[in-house]
Amino acid sequence: MITLEHITKRYGDHVAVDDLSFEVADGDVAVLIGPSGCGKTTTLRMINRLIEPTSGRILIDGTDATTLKPEELRRHIGYAIQSVGLFPHLTVAENIATVPKLLGWKPARIRARATELLDLVGLDPSQYAEKYPRQLSGGEAQRIGVARALAADPPVLLMDEPFGAVDPLNRDRLQVEFAKIQRELKKTVVFVTHDVDEAIRLADKIALMRLGHLEQYDSPEAVLDHPASKFVHDFVGADAALKRLARVRADTVMRTDVPVAQDGAAAVAIAAGQTARFIYLTDTNGALEGWLDRSVLERGTPLVDAATRIDWREAAIGPDASLKEALSRMLALGYRSVPVVDDAGRLLGDVSLADVERTMEAGDAHVAEPGEEAPGSTDVPAAADAVGE
Amino acid sequence: MATIALLLELPRSGRRRFATAGIAVVAATFFALIGNEALVDRMLVAAFGTVPDPVFATPLLALTLQHLAIVAISSALTIAVGLPLGIWVTRESGRDFHDVVSAAVDFGQVFPPIAVLALMFPIFGLSPASAVLALFLYGLLPVVSSTVAGLEAVSPAVIDAARGMGLGRFRILLTVELPLASAVILAGIRTSVIINVGTATVAAVIGAGGLGLSIFTGISTDNSGNLVEGALAVSALALVLDGGLAVLASWLAPEGLES
Repeated sequence: MITLEHITKRYGDHVAVDDLSFEVADGDVAVLIGPSGCGKTTTLRMINRLIEPTSGRILIDGTDATTLKPEELRRHIGYAIQSVGLFPHLTVAENIATVPKLLGWKPARIRARATELLDLVGLDPSQYAEKYPRQLSGGEAQRIGVARALAADPPVLLMDEPFGAVDPLNRDRLQVEFAKIQRELKKTVVFVTHDVDEAIRLADKIALMRLGHLEQYDSPEAVLDHPASKFVHDFVGADAALKRLARVRADTVMRTDVPVAQDGAAAVAIAAGQTARFIYLTDTNGALEGWLDRSVLERGTPLVDAATRIDWREAAIGPDASLKEALSRMLALGYRSVPVVDDAGRLLGDVSLADVERTMEAGDAHVAEPGEEAPGSTDVPAAADAVGE
Repeated sequence: MATIALLLELPRSGRRRFATAGIAVVAATFFALIGNEALVDRMLVAAFGTVPDPVFATPLLALTLQHLAIVAISSALTIAVGLPLGIWVTRESGRDFHDVVSAAVDFGQVFPPIAVLALMFPIFGLSPASAVLALFLYGLLPVVSSTVAGLEAVSPAVIDAARGMGLGRFRILLTVELPLASAVILAGIRTSVIINVGTATVAAVIGAGGLGLSIFTGISTDNSGNLVEGALAVSALALVLDGGLAVLASWLAPEGLES
């Protein structure tokens, strides 16, 4: 748990951060966002004392950060930045080993940890461990940066626009991977970005800042649905409903009782007794191979032509994909629904345009988590645990 | 030609090993030649018809070693003072002195070494100390300015990451900044040493010896043999040292920075 109590940072007459108070619960991702000069990076850098606050206190798991030596404090807080800052004269493995070495780990343990982390960030250890930073692409360097920040398994992670310097495609991939890693590791993360979509996608809590003030500190859903001020409303944009789709996982709304058949003939038999227009075709392992359009079949088209063969890697989405991704996949491929498959391509269900529409209309309905307000309620689900200090 | 093309295809470690062997052979040849007074004399007779005056002729090898000693001591001093000075003015505590130190070091180089000798003469008299001091001041500029340039070229992001991970300032300097700046710093040291080899000939003016003695003897006795002998030895020594330092730098350069 990270607690900021009345933190202020002044540079001469200029107030960079003004009486900021908020709390990040264990295992939560708090995203600091706002226009340039809002104080978000200053705030982040005060947590590991790269910048000393003018006044106020920062508690990490109840310990006042100022009571520790700054170097000691930082060795137990992961730190990843936009420009990555890998050491160019050290290999990837040596870069990752930086903090474990400072903490006096044994060489064998350090090596094992580097291998483990490279696996975690999706880079083959045998191929990457001995590379030098100049041999890495931007996306690879960012991954190593995150691995290095996680090296000593710190409970707290500070990330300053860690995916800001890569192209949109890579950024998207890195966000998905980070979300997955975070689900697994449950670090307490403070994350700075200026990208609203990134904030909505990754945050448990969004801290929206402006000119050193905290405008709103709340769940992404609450920020989207109930902006605390006109500034927040304008900042998150007019397409709040569309943005909210990024918060909804496909497997929470997908239809699972979809008609499935293993070959064309079986599909025809099923189609005869079905009202559904599409029947999914799978191979004997259950991996998606395509679908059969009943309306085409009824027009007397031969079976081979009525079946659409697809590659599930391109035409399907994973269960943890967002409805935003589902929608963009539908638009890109020109279908009104998109199948949901697991890692091996096995069909889990499908999400249709109607499901997406329903989610947008229902507002919080599908994002409500256990213990929150019932679906359809007009109350703000996350208002209960807003700042309130 | 084919051999050269093949060499350029070698990986860096191979080229480096080849260059090391090459400079070792050249250095050995140089000293063998310098040590063989009779052969040098025969060559000079053939070229100029004059023989170095035996009256003034300290063996060439002894002059060379004297020369090397003066260069080694003054360069060691230059590095011992210049490197810390360059580091200091890039630290927070010394940043305010950056411009003052730059100006002082510039002055050290524009002030003629022969004038330093004249100024030091009343203090140190006819001793090599005056020559060493003059050369030390003269060689300071390349060392200090390359140290500053090398350290200032280290990416701020790398230093920010290092600080953010909990490395202390001294550890960052030793394990991050200096290795990353090493190529630039070594280039500066190399320049300084080579300048010193040439400038050290003035040491002979105050009787500190060195290859300058051969040159000045040649001038004062109108003996081209002596003059050319000293001048050639100095140039050859500078070339050998330059090659040796270049090879040394290539061994010291961090591997990750290879391009």
